[in-house]
Amino acid sequence: MQLMVVIINFFPLIYEIVLLQDHCKMSKIEINNIYKIFGNKPQTVMQMVKDGATKEEVLEKTGHTVGLDNVSLKIEEGETFVCMGLSGSGKSTLIRHLNRLIEPTSGEILVEGTNVMSLNKQELIEFRRHKMSMVFQRFGLFPHKTVIQNVAYGLEMRDISQEERDKIAMEKIEAVGLSGFENQYPNQLSGGMQQRVGLARALATDSDIMLMDEAFSALDPLIRSDMQKQLISLQSELKKTIVFITHDLDESLRLGNHIAILNAGKLVQVGTPVDIVMNPADDYVAAFVKDVNRAKVLRAKVIMTDAKEGQPSGENRLKVHEDEFLEEFLPKIVLKDVIVDVVDSSGDIKGYITNKELQSSLVKS
Amino acid sequence: MDFFNKIPVMDRDALRELKKGIDLSFKNFSREYGDAIEGFFDPLLSFLIFLEKLLVNTPWPIVIGVFGLLAWVGSRNYKLVIGTVVCFVVIGYFGMWKNCMATVAIISVSTLVCIVVGIPIGVIMSKSSRAEKAILPVLDMMQTIPSFVYLIPIIMLLGIGKVPGLIAVCIYALPPVVRLTNLGIREVDKETLEAADAFGATPMQKLRSVQIPLSLPTIFAGVNQTIMMALAMVVIASMIGVRGLGVPILQAISNQYLALGLMNGLAIVALAIIFDRITQEYGNRIQRHRGITKK
Repeated sequence: MQLMVVIINFFPLIYEIVLLQDHCKMSKIEINNIYKIFGNKPQTVMQMVKDGATKEEVLEKTGHTVGLDNVSLKIEEGETFVCMGLSGSGKSTLIRHLNRLIEPTSGEILVEGTNVMSLNKQELIEFRRHKMSMVFQRFGLFPHKTVIQNVAYGLEMRDISQEERDKIAMEKIEAVGLSGFENQYPNQLSGGMQQRVGLARALATDSDIMLMDEAFSALDPLIRSDMQKQLISLQSELKKTIVFITHDLDESLRLGNHIAILNAGKLVQVGTPVDIVMNPADDYVAAFVKDVNRAKVLRAKVIMTDAKEGQPSGENRLKVHEDEFLEEFLPKIVLKDVIVDVVDSSGDIKGYITNKELQSSLVKS
Repeated sequence: MDFFNKIPVMDRDALRELKKGIDLSFKNFSREYGDAIEGFFDPLLSFLIFLEKLLVNTPWPIVIGVFGLLAWVGSRNYKLVIGTVVCFVVIGYFGMWKNCMATVAIISVSTLVCIVVGIPIGVIMSKSSRAEKAILPVLDMMQTIPSFVYLIPIIMLLGIGKVPGLIAVCIYALPPVVRLTNLGIREVDKETLEAADAFGATPMQKLRSVQIPLSLPTIFAGVNQTIMMALAMVVIASMIGVRGLGVPILQAISNQYLALGLMNGLAIVALAIIFDRITQEYGNRIQRHRGITKK
């Protein structure tokens, strides 16, 4: 009897643990062994690619282009996942597989456990209407529609009433800071404003997943940085799963919770921004991160010496939060030769940063 | 040696039999189905007659006023309106009013038919490359085959009159609107289409909300060309019994009346210029907000 009570009392906990495990198994998006070969008879070339022929060899021997070569990824709910690579690395091809704008030659894509490849035409349309929205490099706006009509496009496809969709569209237009422009046509707006329309259009459908294909690449640097800030602040409220494509390392370090680096259709490295910068997997990644400003990427908690390993003594002390970037407090250390106490949100000291830690983290390996 | 000096020829009798056979079978076909086909075109005929009567019987100032108004709606350009009104007054003053109205009626109806038939064909072509491959040679043939050649079966089938004239005009004038509809839809920006796809547009939604509106200026250029080609057919159509400005030109040819031919010819030119300018201006106007043509 007592045992029963114990079990019943603990049931919610057990249930939660089971759920948690379930959750751990299932990522929001899983890409498993995707191959994409462009050409007339891709299937005939598959074996050659699987046997490890390089992109150049395949092109020379068969005239087929390898777009993606055995790419597998897991993207977690609520994170910003950045795919990075130079042009021709297959990153734009990869993102188009997620909503099947491009069909893979082989492999599977699971979104919330559903195999996207198994959907029929009608299911695919429903999937695109509800699960994913997309922002494009050259905006992909409809030049014959006003801003508000553009933003409401996804809702229009869902046959939502005019009144309702105008209401939602206006909210999103406000959210991206374009109030007052709703009746203009896209070509009357600047590039940055047009991409805000693109962003609002993607937000309007309120889908969990947002695909952003080089969304800020066509913008000039100041506006790009503005848009990045806006995306970060929007994301902190909305907690969407964002797949972001870019060729710009600074952008990927700034936005990404995880970064995947592609080269010639192959996945080279997946990791957190710090992983990528501190431990590049090969020469390609190393060349990428060579010129990056490390102070912008590294957080205090990454470079600190743990508090358990003893406390350095000194008069000048500075307190910083563990999540602060090195860049933010670097000038203060250098000027005054202080010792930094790294604290967490509740104020407990987690570790220390002295000149020694600074040196080892900022010098190029 | 003989083989090289004389091209092999089919046996004379056999050739004659072949031609006879074709003629006979088509004659039988037209005897069998001629009435049914004529019946099919009846609504079109009555519409054409109605339009012609309307244009002729309405007092001329009202007709010219309506044309002026249409010019204004199409172009928002007062110069064009004045030009239109002056042209029609001059045409009337030189005694060509009735013929001119008959021509306007047949041009309007044939353009309408071409739009209704041509745009869907163009859409199908743009959707399927196989359809495009099949239809393009047919369009080429329609544009290059001498009009007199297809007049023969049409006359055999339907006799002489307005409907065969209308069909002849349509065969000649249809290709541009089909071609340019196809072209316009194929030219729509790829990323814009991807955007429509990514937001879950069905093929029909994509066509209605993105492809047709964005290719409208190109389609309109096709309509403009179709009108021009229909006008070019006026004289030939008058040979098989279509009333209009072509009839006096035919008389002028057979009797060597220089002035008569010239006047009616210039009247056709005037109509062509008016239609062309109005439709072109309209085409430009609908794309202006897109920033493609800035003024």
